[in-house]
Amino acid sequence: MDAAIKSQSAAIHSPFCSSIIALLGPEHVRPASPADAVSGVRPKLVVDPGTEKELAEVLRLSNEAGLAVIPRGGGTKLRWGNPPSRADLILSTARLDEIIEHAWADLTVTVQAGCTIQRLQETLAQHGQRLALDPLWPEKTTVGGVLSTNDSGGLRLRFGALRDLIIGVTIALPDGTLASSGGKVVKNVAGYDLPKLVTGALGTLGVITRAVFRLHPLPRNTVSLSIPTSHVDETQRFVHAVQDSKLAHAALQSRFSGETQPISDILFEGTEVGLAAQETQLRNLSGLPSLSKTASVWTARQDLWGFSDPESTAIAKVTILPSNLARMIELFERTANASQLRWRALIYATGIGWLRLEGAVEPLHRALGLLRRELEGQGGSLVLLHRPQKMPEFDAWGNAGDSLPLQRAVKQRLDPKSTLNPGRFGGGI
Amino acid sequence: MPDTADSRVSGEGLVDAHILQELRSIVGERGLISSPEGLHTYECDGLTNFRVMPRAVLLPTSTEQVQAIVRLCHREKIPFVARGSGTGLSGGALPVENGLVISLARMNHILEVDFLNARVIVEPGVINLDVTGRVQPQEYFYAPDPSSQSVCSIGGNVAENSGGAHCLKYGFTTTHVLGLEVVLPDGSLVHLGGKTLDTPGYDLAGVFVGSEGTLGIATKVILRIVKRPECIRTLLAAFPSTNEAGAAVSGIIAAGMLPAAIEMMDNLAIQAAEAAVHANYPNCGGLLLVELDGPSAEVEALMTHVNEICLSNGAWEIRVAQSDAERALVWKGRKAAFAAMGRISPNYIVQDGVIPRTALPQVMSEIARLSQETGLRVANVFHAGDGNLHPLVLYDRRIPGQEKAAEALSFKILELCIAAGGSITGEHGVGEEKKKMMSKMFAEPDLDTMQRVRCAFDPLQLSNPTKVFPTTRLCGEKPGEYVPHPLESAGIAERF
Repeated sequence: MDAAIKSQSAAIHSPFCSSIIALLGPEHVRPASPADAVSGVRPKLVVDPGTEKELAEVLRLSNEAGLAVIPRGGGTKLRWGNPPSRADLILSTARLDEIIEHAWADLTVTVQAGCTIQRLQETLAQHGQRLALDPLWPEKTTVGGVLSTNDSGGLRLRFGALRDLIIGVTIALPDGTLASSGGKVVKNVAGYDLPKLVTGALGTLGVITRAVFRLHPLPRNTVSLSIPTSHVDETQRFVHAVQDSKLAHAALQSRFSGETQPISDILFEGTEVGLAAQETQLRNLSGLPSLSKTASVWTARQDLWGFSDPESTAIAKVTILPSNLARMIELFERTANASQLRWRALIYATGIGWLRLEGAVEPLHRALGLLRRELEGQGGSLVLLHRPQKMPEFDAWGNAGDSLPLQRAVKQRLDPKSTLNPGRFGGGI
Repeated sequence: MPDTADSRVSGEGLVDAHILQELRSIVGERGLISSPEGLHTYECDGLTNFRVMPRAVLLPTSTEQVQAIVRLCHREKIPFVARGSGTGLSGGALPVENGLVISLARMNHILEVDFLNARVIVEPGVINLDVTGRVQPQEYFYAPDPSSQSVCSIGGNVAENSGGAHCLKYGFTTTHVLGLEVVLPDGSLVHLGGKTLDTPGYDLAGVFVGSEGTLGIATKVILRIVKRPECIRTLLAAFPSTNEAGAAVSGIIAAGMLPAAIEMMDNLAIQAAEAAVHANYPNCGGLLLVELDGPSAEVEALMTHVNEICLSNGAWEIRVAQSDAERALVWKGRKAAFAAMGRISPNYIVQDGVIPRTALPQVMSEIARLSQETGLRVANVFHAGDGNLHPLVLYDRRIPGQEKAAEALSFKILELCIAAGGSITGEHGVGEEKKKMMSKMFAEPDLDTMQRVRCAFDPLQLSNPTKVFPTTRLCGEKPGEYVPHPLESAGIAERF
């Protein structure tokens, strides 16, 4: 019996494990398999609580036993963040998948963390509504996972990010507390806004067990138009012209690569007569090149993950000021060419974008470091989401800024023993 | 560490002559007010029935001065309260006895206007409407529009997460604040968020906005500005009662529209607004004001639809403002509604409860019943699109007992809001006034978790220490176990 299997076996027979089995039943506790590893770190147990109280109790027992807990929803973004410094338990939210209340007349929904985005959207659509969010892999990704990673797509331009859509949250803290903040009404300033605190916290402060969202109506009609530009300067001028116009577009993205011309895509939603008028207006924007109706351009972000070799690919989320668009794209191109890397980038009009680099591990590492310095120097950031396992160490988050001591203090107050996702967040949190 | 609740308010941390001298050396003679007559202005904010005399008021002109003051407070354990324009309606800027008030009124510069990125950077004392004033020539505006926007400050808006009529579509202050420079309660300076979105790390800017001055003092604010829509249409519809008007609101929402604003007034509120500003409102039981904005073709198409929905729900008169002047007059009546109560009643209390929109008829009839029982008139002005009620309880302070009765009635209305699944405050904040209601809305572990976050920012609890929470929590304490909320145990409310 090798050491790893021995340790798995010891874990499942420990007094801790007995108490978890007594709580959840043996069918919801199993030894972890290699497929459960998180960035190469293999936990010992996978635990699958059926209620929020059970989840909080598992967390409390783990915390007491000094074990490290990795919360997991659909498991689609487990490689995001740094590798955990410790991992003992995978705490799955898969069974917490209930849509508790779709108050359609009030345009809100209360949903448990383990519900997938796709199932949520299907339910909301029965009343002509949606969560106005286009995250990655909606068929697998869960409410809790999407919140913890703050994953948003092109619709953010019009409808805001998760921070603007979430109105209430319940979290389980490592000491077993189940705490709620916010509520079920859109407008509410009673108490601190903890829904925002846990959004994007990568599960390092508490485990989200349920959330309440404000909803939007499904669009009556949509139209997508694509506009090629000959040069990044022209792309930037176009994006700014649209942003500075009175068009009411729902999304605006630009796609760049070493091989093709830049292309911008714009999405309109509304009544038929309204869409026709907007299209005419867009065509009339001065200095505008040709444009054509398109479909299926809004999966461009997810398509970045359609790479052939994970071991020679890095994907980063980048943030820039929209006024730096052309400069930053030129920087990506220059840096990639100098290191003989292939590159693709997708930048939303909000200044949030995704960059994919492909090539040998060493030049990848070098290029990422250089790009991060440049982006941070311009007030932006580079957060690494996918990296080759063999790439030298590279902090996923970058400069945590002068608020790092405060961030650590918040972590210390909510998770003093660093039970949740230790080491995966920025600044060593 | 002597961080007991008592030391925060009295006992330790007294401001003596030496301290006053040290403060004077930071802000200069003009930046310090300590005479009783000078302090009088600062003993309350917009909630005038709570008054506390501060020991001194400071008027810093720079971040460095704010830091120096706060460092001194930290060293001497002197509680302080930041203040903007003092228009808050929940007592958030009410001084702490023997503490300092730090007024940001002199830090009122717009530091940067960046149209390419639609950002404006301001000092906290800048007046809300002045931001729009500055960017209007390029046809941008700053979206959050509290009724007090011509006098209230951005710093105050940040503290309260202020809303306004148009937040139904555009969101609240928190939606439009991208970054903050904050002096923490120990005097250190941090930058939260930034000019770009999604800065790595926890969303502490999101936590800070709406924390009512309990987590520190914002000294710079990065705002997002919005391009003016091509077309704005405002419709007034007169209904027999608020029930029919409420049904029309539900109809508009169910039809998949998101207006820029939907406001409702009942007959008493209409009478008051008419008396005050002659907005030429129809005299009816329930008045609806619906504003749509966006591209012209879209707005015109949807306006026709809104018109039909109002008619089919019993509107007997519908008017569409035909000019900017008419539109301005329509809004003037609405925005003056609170102050207009002075025309029909010597005194009033305004509340700020929120309910799920669908609970409106039931809550309205409960309010009417309570009004009848107590003999106190209640005027109602709502942000109907998002269920934010502003019941105005009218009373006469000169009649013994009536003020107490009015207060009790206004809190009963908040209890109705909680029972309906809503909130005790949609935009005015908890402040001093409603902190006792917090334990009716939240369970102990909920409040305790919030307080743990507060302890991370302000372990000595010097920054506006007595507001928001019903009880203070010592930051050394171990958190308690989960205890079910009384409403939850009774099956009345879920975990929200």
